[in-house]
Amino acid sequence: MTDRLMHHALPVAVMALAIVLIWYLGALWLNGPQVTDALNRSGQDWGMREFVTQAFTMRRPVLPTPDQVAVELYTSMTSHPVGHIRNLLYHTGVTAGAALLGAAMGVVLGILLAVGIVHLRTLESSLLPWLIASQTIPILAIAPMIVVILGNIGFSGLLPKAFISMYLCFFPITIGLIKGLRSADPLSQDLMRTYSATGSQTFWYLRLPSALPYLFTSLKIGVAASVVGTIVAELPTGGQAGLGARLLTGSYYGQTVQIWAALVMSAVLSLTLVALVGAAERLVTRAHGGRR
Amino acid sequence: MPGQDDAREASPPIVDIRHLTLTYQTADKPVYALSDINLTIHKGDFISLIGPSGCGKTTLMRVIADLEQPTSGDVTVNGMTPEAARLQRAYGYVFQAPALYPWRSVERNVTLPLEIMGLPKEERLARARRQLELVGLAGFEKKFPWQLSGGMQQRVSIARALGFEPQLLLMDEPFGALDEITRDHLNLQLTRLWLQTRKTCIFVTHSIAEAVFLSTRIIVMSPRPGRILDIIDCSDLPRERSIDIRESPEFQRIAHRVREGLMQGHSYDD
Repeated sequence: MTDRLMHHALPVAVMALAIVLIWYLGALWLNGPQVTDALNRSGQDWGMREFVTQAFTMRRPVLPTPDQVAVELYTSMTSHPVGHIRNLLYHTGVTAGAALLGAAMGVVLGILLAVGIVHLRTLESSLLPWLIASQTIPILAIAPMIVVILGNIGFSGLLPKAFISMYLCFFPITIGLIKGLRSADPLSQDLMRTYSATGSQTFWYLRLPSALPYLFTSLKIGVAASVVGTIVAELPTGGQAGLGARLLTGSYYGQTVQIWAALVMSAVLSLTLVALVGAAERLVTRAHGGRR
Repeated sequence: MPGQDDAREASPPIVDIRHLTLTYQTADKPVYALSDINLTIHKGDFISLIGPSGCGKTTLMRVIADLEQPTSGDVTVNGMTPEAARLQRAYGYVFQAPALYPWRSVERNVTLPLEIMGLPKEERLARARRQLELVGLAGFEKKFPWQLSGGMQQRVSIARALGFEPQLLLMDEPFGALDEITRDHLNLQLTRLWLQTRKTCIFVTHSIAEAVFLSTRIIVMSPRPGRILDIIDCSDLPRERSIDIRESPEFQRIAHRVREGLMQGHSYDD
């Protein structure tokens, strides 16, 4: 028990404390110039005490403090009913829905591409370079075009966002799974040959199970990328709903506290999705003997 | 028993190899892995291939298993090409390493070839139980490979090879990585298994004692190019073997001949 405390809880607590401390110092440093201006203009005498209080309680700070963000998170989740457009949870739900759909599409596409490339040599030389090129294009640049194009052919709302999310999500899955599907050692492959196993039998009995650790690692990267993709897609859709819209309206009106609350929420969303993949991985690993 | 020998000679050979040559093309010069190999193996034979590293004993076995393609010469297994024999699943192959699938339990590793062959589930489980009992691993069905010692893992891989009841068993240094005591124990189990099941075995080894203990015939090979130096008949030894026969003069005589053959083929200057 004490061992666990020393080796697990303590480092986590120290790290969290350090980050909070640096955050507060950063708030002092970044909000400092504005605070000094304001205090000087007020014409009253002021000291360290007034400076710190002001820097930590600005209405529109350059960098809001953790407690300001925490309060904003709490009020934005409780001051309106959950389904209301002004509730942060509503926007998180919108983003989560699009990210999950995008991740699902990305996983399917990523797996199909990887399986195709592993089985057809010509696809590796003809298709893989295009896939790599697709990822060098800044998503921020093509997201508005995708939204416009899909809008023109009658798709709006969820689907364009999921599409852009998929665009970011499939790539790590394809690359990881190609590696994984080729990771079976030569002896295990020879064994399948001596059983005169068919290609699909070799795939299901050997290639896929040995690719699973790679697949789960890729999935973790993929779902986190799907959240980023969705938020990027929400920026050019005009800021109706979603965490991206929240970020956009926050920056329109200089509501930095709102921006930071939305950022924290998107981090929590990504962490949750990655944790879900991790839980699925543990279940599968346990069913597969518990140790790999 | 001359009558039995005649009957054996009369039946078609399980493996027949004529003028087999296998050459690898490398960047600077060709490597002669196997050169003019001639060998006939009959039903019920236990053949050991022995020789220093690089003499082509593993390659020869992989040719029989259709895992390597010969450059020239003729090979038949059960009277057909190695490929046709492989497609009919004529042999079970035991590799140097156990090559168990870590995500499958011991039982499901043994049933893997049976699943591929499409046997019904009850039949698969019954066979797995029988084979695991035969190699002394009853009660370990639900364990996973990492929970087993190296010797036990290799026994699972033997059970897996026996499970689909091939008439020919190919074993490539299956006990090479194990300690002496475990190895003796498994040798004893293997020779009993061979007597019980009447299978034809081809066995690759580095160990003279192992080869003499197990075999009806020993093929001594030498490297560069890989070729057969000597074929030693072990019919002076009883078919049923116990550890004690190692002390017998026949055993010593055969072991001596194998050692001489190996020394003749071994050049120590490289």
